[in-house]
Amino acid sequence: MVDETKIAELEATAREFRYHLIRMMGANKAHHFGGSLSIVELVVALYFYKMRYDPLNPAWEERDRFVMSKGHAVPTQYCALAKLGVIPFEELDNLKKLGSILQGHPNACLTPGIEACTGSLGQGLSFANGIALAARIRGLNIRVYCLLGDGELHEGQVWEAAMQSAGQKLDMLCALVDRNGLKSQGVVDEAKPLEPLALKWQAFGWHVMTVDGHNFRQICDALDAAETIKGKPTVIIAKTVKGKGVSFMEGQFQFHNAPISAEQWQEAMWLLAPKDLTR
Amino acid sequence: MKWKIGDRVETRDAYGLALLELGKQRDDVIVLDADLQRSNKTYDFGQAFPERFFDMGIAEADMIGTAAGMAATGMTVFATSFAMFVPGRCYDQIRLQLSYGWANVKIVGVSAGLTQGPDGATHQSLDDIALTRPLPGFTVLVPADATEAYQAVWAAAEMRGPVYIRLGRYPTPVLFDQNYRFCIGALPIMREGRDLVIYATGIMTALALVTAELLAHRGLEATVLNVSTIKPLNVNAILDAATGKTLAISMEEHWTVGGLGSAVAETLAGVAGMPPLLRLGVEDRFGQSGTADELLAHYGLTPPTMVETILRFARSVGASFEK
Repeated sequence: MVDETKIAELEATAREFRYHLIRMMGANKAHHFGGSLSIVELVVALYFYKMRYDPLNPAWEERDRFVMSKGHAVPTQYCALAKLGVIPFEELDNLKKLGSILQGHPNACLTPGIEACTGSLGQGLSFANGIALAARIRGLNIRVYCLLGDGELHEGQVWEAAMQSAGQKLDMLCALVDRNGLKSQGVVDEAKPLEPLALKWQAFGWHVMTVDGHNFRQICDALDAAETIKGKPTVIIAKTVKGKGVSFMEGQFQFHNAPISAEQWQEAMWLLAPKDLTR
Repeated sequence: MKWKIGDRVETRDAYGLALLELGKQRDDVIVLDADLQRSNKTYDFGQAFPERFFDMGIAEADMIGTAAGMAATGMTVFATSFAMFVPGRCYDQIRLQLSYGWANVKIVGVSAGLTQGPDGATHQSLDDIALTRPLPGFTVLVPADATEAYQAVWAAAEMRGPVYIRLGRYPTPVLFDQNYRFCIGALPIMREGRDLVIYATGIMTALALVTAELLAHRGLEATVLNVSTIKPLNVNAILDAATGKTLAISMEEHWTVGGLGSAVAETLAGVAGMPPLLRLGVEDRFGQSGTADELLAHYGLTPPTMVETILRFARSVGASFEK
């Protein structure tokens, strides 16, 4: 159970992450602002509330796994890894720069704490299934989390994997869907309708929960509840706002992967700069 | 294994036997198939080790992702399907999860090449070497016979990193006995001759040896190299075999673009004084239904036809052979 003190702490971390995201992405460079901002609470809740994880040993066999299937939003995961000390905090400034360990999309061979190579969408859930199946064979008592974008659900492989998870009764697996409603070029459901999305997952044999993806109470409660579900995997559909936290980006697909001007950057920094930011 | 030289054995049979033995000796070996386990010979492994075998359904892309996740959790995974599906159908997943992710996954493409036979062009992978060969960190193995196939499976399991093994359903003569030791990167010299060099891979190695015999009757002596490791390519062995020869020939049941012929061409092109290269394989067209032997004949890959093609090539480049 999450208490008020913890929620306040998580909220502070989320504010900090949004500030760092804007700071590290900077002005006049194309970055995945929208989808990185929409998943902040989900990533913070996983790393700083739920997951069993030892930052001093990110390769610990019994760690819970987090697979970032929507790889373009990895900057938010980089924030978490930096805050945990798994990667040097200063490295955030080198995001996507030549020679950096912080690639534009996750590289598990290069960056400590990254579990899977993703970036071509639709592949993470299969990978998460593989972790869960191998863990079962090896008797590792772990949980596996996989964060998917909603636009990513257009990829057929996601549903191949969804059948596999349910067929294998992978109750150690919890998928999270960042349901911000927008993809790179517009509204997700206008290209291919996802709704009724909860019913789709249910029909595929999953336990489904729907939460406000910016409400820590709801997210943490759902993550707790997912652990109690036996015999089937759980999906948490998190209703989110693309670009959350930066008013002019909120609900705008145009900031999926685009540069912002120096003026916009200043405005965003002003909006997000925590008064008591220590780092 | 106790195959005798000259026995006709499908390389996929050797795969099934090798997996069974691997399963006994190593509990980290997992086998995945995409609903073709009887044809791909992974079925017996599944019966012997049901907890380490998964029928992934008709979902090859998902199979590759799952394999990578298992490998990341300490397993050695063999992911199997027909070569036109793996690598054919899931190139992106192989590129990202296996090559970029340097996963300890061995993809095995069975019923590869023209000799897939009756199912026709849709099922004859003529591009699988071309798909896997450019991938950084990949090892690409094309065994010539059952002995090599059996040992290649073991070699793949014993090394870390992604491997592609190309196997067939064509009963091809056993060329190597039990004393043979397959070694990744070693290119066995099957025969030595002064006039030309033939680089062959897979089932074409046996056919290259027959072709070389026929050429000998026409007064031309050929060296035959069995290129069972396409990547990493043993460049020195390729160049050494070509040095001093009048002609170089490549033979594969694959498109002439992107496969062994291309690999040899890339190698010879960088060195002065190398002989002209004739790439034998399937030209710029699809296969079709037919028996394996009919198809080899139709596409000009039987020894008598290859002899004529080689002699025509020799004339066209003005080759003269010292007697």
